Amino acid sequence: MAKYLLLKHYRGAPAPVNDAPMAQWTPEEVSAHIKYMQDFADRLRETGEFVSEQALAQEGTWVRYDGEGRPPVTDGPFAETKDLIAGWMLIDVDSYERALELAGELSAAPGAGGKPIHEWLELRPCYGVAPTITE
Amino acid sequence: MDPTLLRSLTPGVLSILVRRGADFAAAEDAVQDALVEAVRSWPAAPPRDPKGWLVTVAWRKFLDAARSETSRRRREDVVSEEPPPGEVPSSDDTLQLYFLCAHPSLTPSSAVALTLRAVGGLTTRQIASAYLVPEATMAQRISRAKKTIASVRLDQPGDVATVLRVLYLVFNEGYSGDVDLAAEAIRLTRQLFAAFDHPEVAGLLALMLLHHARRASRTGPDGLVPLASQDRSRWDVSLITEGIVVLQAALARDRLGEFQAQAAIAALHADAQTAAETDWVQIVEWYDELAALTPSPVVLLNRAVAVGEADGPRAGLAALSSLDPALPRYAAVAAYLHERDGDFAEAARLYAEAASAATNLAERHHLTRQAARLNSRRSE
Repeated sequence: MAKYLLLKHYRGAPAPVNDAPMAQWTPEEVSAHIKYMQDFADRLRETGEFVSEQALAQEGTWVRYDGEGRPPVTDGPFAETKDLIAGWMLIDVDSYERALELAGELSAAPGAGGKPIHEWLELRPCYGVAPTITE
Repeated sequence: MDPTLLRSLTPGVLSILVRRGADFAAAEDAVQDALVEAVRSWPAAPPRDPKGWLVTVAWRKFLDAARSETSRRRREDVVSEEPPPGEVPSSDDTLQLYFLCAHPSLTPSSAVALTLRAVGGLTTRQIASAYLVPEATMAQRISRAKKTIASVRLDQPGDVATVLRVLYLVFNEGYSGDVDLAAEAIRLTRQLFAAFDHPEVAGLLALMLLHHARRASRTGPDGLVPLASQDRSRWDVSLITEGIVVLQAALARDRLGEFQAQAAIAALHADAQTAAETDWVQIVEWYDELAALTPSPVVLLNRAVAVGEADGPRAGLAALSSLDPALPRYAAVAAYLHERDGDFAEAARLYAEAASAATNLAERHHLTRQAARLNSRRSE
């Protein structure tokens, strides 16, 4: 078993095929999109592959330690950065192929016009525990 | 009231019920009911034969449930199949449970979860915390596994190799939460060893004991400690001794398998008073045996390391050159051999490459530190 993080990006990836800003969707389209993702998560709970998920607000702040006794440096909030993360889901699956399959499925959530939005997802493996046999 | 006693009796009781014809999930429910009953009534009236008591009560619970749920016809079938009461055999049943939980129709992760639940008697919460997933996730995984094997008959002989692989997976999962999975794997393998006469079971038990003996010394404040730098005074001598005794008895039967060969390699490491005294020539011979049994790339990679120690870094690099550079840890091995050969620049480059490909954090930190060590040495 390996855990994978499915990262949803606000922007930063190549433009998706069905690229209409969510604010311009109809309420029904938004509901369908959300329901798709909820059903997806529910199915993973059924199979025992779901770990956790969270949607994230668009506001983010970069923070950096800037030396003893000095306040941390921040350079945000900034709406223009290419890598604001919209949310994530953590799954625990048997193989990379399975993770890929699920990411593809999540990316097919319906968007404007009820068509799949072909959303870009970043799929990142989590570090595992140290294997016992290395020497 | 002794919870350890209850936990040790549970798998045997469960497998007797399954053998008598209860399906797995119903049997488990009945056993849980019987355990509740035991907690309630044993303190006042301890039974003479706790296992017999549990089997009787659990079977009654199962029949009650079956009666209330199924037709008259079905009930009569179940009752007529009921074996005569009284006798409660044998470790054999637990063995069947091992085979059932490692059934090939289950994915490895499901087999591991089910084994820990049914054979190990761990709670779903304990298993979930050991695997760092929510309890609901683990509950679903286990209940799906039960459904998958619901129609499997317990009277077919299982494949011992599958059972051993599942136990080894549990062992390698390490530990977190409130259950130490390595210790749990050893406990279960000991049970299997007591119930089932097979040299590879002995081989796996020996391998686990020998690895476990070094566990305390494998990590330090800076993360992973390589074998050569480990503090050998912290190795658990009693585990090593036990592992070697078990292994020697198995080897004497002349039915070599991959776990025995791996245990033999681990035993040679454990035997050396210092890293320099390691018998690398014999280790290479065991790797040749192992490669003949399972010529996996990982075995061949480890063999190249051993060749490098036995015959020098050039020989190790030659052994490495026939392997695919895309193998996990290939770069780390190449880096090590180049460093020993005196090519520090190439070694540093390869350590950095290996670090970026590492699949766990401790390993990445270790490899990054190796690269940094060589880089600072070159700039001096």
